[in-house]
Amino acid sequence: MKVIDQHTKKIMEGCKERAKDFGLDFHNETLEYIVTNRNLTELMPKMMIPTMYDYWVHDLELLKGKGSYELYPHNPYETVINTRPAVSFYNDNNPDWLNTMIFYHVLGHIDFFHNNVFFYKTWNYDFMQKALSDKRVISDLRSKHGRWVDYIIEFTKGIDNLVGYYNDLGIEFEDIEKEKVDKKIDYYFDIFLQSDHVDKNTQYYLDEIERFNSVKDVDEFFLDVIVKYPEFEALFNLYIKEESTTKKQIDLIQYLMDNSLFLNKKENLWMKDVMTIIRNSSMFFYPQMLTKIANEGWASYIHETLFLQDERIKEHEVDFAKVHAGVTALPTLGLNPYAIGMRLFEYINEMGNKGRYSKEFISLKDEENRKKFDNKANEGKDLIFQVRKTMSDFQLLNTYITDDFMKKYDLCVIGVRANKERKTKEYYIKSKKLKDYKAQILDYLPHPPHFRINPKGCVKAKNSLYLYHTFEGKALKNDFINNVMLGISFLWGDTVLLETSEIKPSEVDTSNASPSPLWRAAMTAQSIEENAEEILWERIIYTMADKKLSRRKK
Amino acid sequence: MKKNMIDEINFVTPEPTLTVPVSINCDGDFKILQGIDNKPVNSLATVEDLMNRDKQREKDGFPRKIKMGKIVKPSRGGNVRFVIVPTTTEEKFIHESKPIPPQEDPQGTGSVEGEEGDIIGEAPLDPQSGEEGEGDGAAGQGSGGEHEVESDAYELGKALTEEFELPNIKDKAKKKAVDKYVYDLTDKHRGFGQILDKKATLKKIVETNLMLGRGNLPDIKNVDVNDFLVSNNDKIYRVLSKEKMYESQAIVFFMRDYSASMWNEPTDIVVSQHIMLYSWLSFQYQGNVETKFILHDTEAKEVPDFFTYYNSKIAGGTRVHSGFELINKIIYEQNLARDYNIYIFYGTDGDDWDEKGEKTLEEISKMLEPVPIISRLGVLVVNRIGASKSNVEKYISNSGMMIKFSNYLKLATLTTRATEKEIITSIKQIIR
Repeated sequence: MKVIDQHTKKIMEGCKERAKDFGLDFHNETLEYIVTNRNLTELMPKMMIPTMYDYWVHDLELLKGKGSYELYPHNPYETVINTRPAVSFYNDNNPDWLNTMIFYHVLGHIDFFHNNVFFYKTWNYDFMQKALSDKRVISDLRSKHGRWVDYIIEFTKGIDNLVGYYNDLGIEFEDIEKEKVDKKIDYYFDIFLQSDHVDKNTQYYLDEIERFNSVKDVDEFFLDVIVKYPEFEALFNLYIKEESTTKKQIDLIQYLMDNSLFLNKKENLWMKDVMTIIRNSSMFFYPQMLTKIANEGWASYIHETLFLQDERIKEHEVDFAKVHAGVTALPTLGLNPYAIGMRLFEYINEMGNKGRYSKEFISLKDEENRKKFDNKANEGKDLIFQVRKTMSDFQLLNTYITDDFMKKYDLCVIGVRANKERKTKEYYIKSKKLKDYKAQILDYLPHPPHFRINPKGCVKAKNSLYLYHTFEGKALKNDFINNVMLGISFLWGDTVLLETSEIKPSEVDTSNASPSPLWRAAMTAQSIEENAEEILWERIIYTMADKKLSRRKK
Repeated sequence: MKKNMIDEINFVTPEPTLTVPVSINCDGDFKILQGIDNKPVNSLATVEDLMNRDKQREKDGFPRKIKMGKIVKPSRGGNVRFVIVPTTTEEKFIHESKPIPPQEDPQGTGSVEGEEGDIIGEAPLDPQSGEEGEGDGAAGQGSGGEHEVESDAYELGKALTEEFELPNIKDKAKKKAVDKYVYDLTDKHRGFGQILDKKATLKKIVETNLMLGRGNLPDIKNVDVNDFLVSNNDKIYRVLSKEKMYESQAIVFFMRDYSASMWNEPTDIVVSQHIMLYSWLSFQYQGNVETKFILHDTEAKEVPDFFTYYNSKIAGGTRVHSGFELINKIIYEQNLARDYNIYIFYGTDGDDWDEKGEKTLEEISKMLEPVPIISRLGVLVVNRIGASKSNVEKYISNSGMMIKFSNYLKLATLTTRATEKEIITSIKQIIR
């Protein structure tokens, strides 16, 4: 692992100049290292951060990585770390033109890290240094507490995907007080209607939203509420009072650190240091998870645009095309974040230049005129820079995937079914509708489950902790529940309860629980037709007490 | 001259110290970042360390977390390549994928030209799901992807190395360098070193003085030792040096009955045991063990690789001796007994058309008498539930060879409902 040589650095500096001319915005200081594939394999478990704290799972992943590299060698092009100065890793022996392309890609990432608002909290932050100091804290603690440090890391990592990234962002803007009336609306829909004070009923909830949207005056809306639930005002006032006295709850890790009797014993206080480190690292990586498609798409868009404009690498267009296509090809089946992201930026640019995000275009109904529409607005570039600044993957996909975009790239939902006669599985175009495609692609985005801690009205023993999983149409991964709960209960120091939803086992045909839907379809197509029924859910309560997990229906 | 020296001194820059500073954020940090030279990751626990840690977990009251996984790269023609790696899962609360309603097909996004309903491709139904009724019981075991073996299997592997290794390893003519080294005082060095080699030094002194014509040397009876010149260069020392280790070679025959009676479960069990044995051998001996694969029904054939071995579909009737005959033939033709320690692992449901097993016993005794040319024959008999003792089991036990050659011939039995644990126990039985 060494810094790139002067010749290559010069190429990089040339790329920086051109990128800045294009409008990218980043600090001039960057560090580029040449690494071997072996180095990369070694860095992979550490999220590419060489100064990451030591943890046995990293060692294990490394052994695994080495094993799989032996069988399936691969050659990653680059990796960028979001730190100040930005650090990136490259392969040895790349020809200059390839380095040029990769450098543009890397600058795209650096620019994205530096400007996208989801990275707001990481902007003034040298993560390499931070990680190094964390590493020292951990190794210092390890010398005192031995393997127990690793248990705390493990248990905290078990819930580190639940960090309150958005809550944490919100703290910055807390002084912008919400209007009381907004709070009332939030309270009514988010808490009151989902509490035990009312007869929980999805249809009623939807009706209320409908009614809320249709009334002109909020007070008028609440008049009816009070008629139905006279206790509403009193409860709301109580809630406001409580909220102002309790510290804002950011996430489970923080809740445990603040409230666990076990962690707040004098001899256990060191555990909170470890937990803080894990939580901060997770917070740091969170925005990268939220912007994978936007970030890769942006970097690919930048390298494509700038490479082709770069006069230094003339005559390498064909080489470029080959590598570029390899990275950004749209797969027949599957999702390539580089491909879809890059095409979205290209598309937004094109549409913006033709002024197609204008009211004029949107209200245009005639298909022929729509095709020809071009008011020479030339807003494309502004638009894409705006998108890279303000949007996460969800916003990008949800806003800019349109019927026209789908048509242009033949996007569709592909289904798989078993063909019993031919003994094959066949892939077919299941839907070309925007609604279906969007639902499917948004479903790919990472979305950690949401938990409420000790919600009002939960039944629990004193000193135990109650986690209420908000149901969003999916169950929790069952095999993981035991170990995660074990960890939480260790950190909490007492019994932990988890309320979650699971699919109600079918009483008619147990084969429905078969793990492979494809086979279920193939084998029992007929029996299923006969027993066609909706998926039914039920609430389940898991209890972790004395390292034993038990399960019961609510 | 002097000026140069000063220049040199001035140009020597102190090496950045890589000792970890005591306090956080002290000045050395940047140097450390810069100095993350060739090895970005310094602490590396070995599999052994990790396993010890995992054992400790149990004592601390937490479930174990490490499993041994196997990454397989199957290829026809060539050998299947295995890498055994430790794996673990970092459990978190995460969502399962959305349940698919009963009448819906699984789906994903894609990009392809065509209309709704168009079929865009087809693939064979995953053989792992088992094409029912075709009797291909062996399929699906580790064919591609990861197949995890309980860490017990690793434990077994470790126990096998530490306590048993491949049994009865003898010195054979052919040896192979392995990736291990020993440090030994074998290399000689003139002038300096760790230990003076007196004999070699004396020889050297004599040689030197002979050349110099001193000490009246050619005349052995009247040597004048006092006239000898002894220079430092004549002193021969032994120095510590790295030596490659050589190990005796081993060859392992895997043989299984693939006759019709082996349909389904017996094949499963046998193949499972052989997969474990094979992956253990690949793991433990890192490719230094040669392997051969034999299938037999009424006739035996050698197949080129493990892939074919475990994927071959069942065939006709059963003549156990055909397999042993073929092994003996290979051993004699290739003169394997001279160069190799030979191991044979055989799996069967115990059915044999030759009820008394005369021919089979004859072939086996060829391997063991007058002196055993093989190091171990491990037989696994898988009995169907409720069936009485099988032919093979009967005639091998009755032959008395199990007692006479107790160190060379081992037999284990399992039922068709054997669990992984029981399979592991059976491996212990035939390896021990």
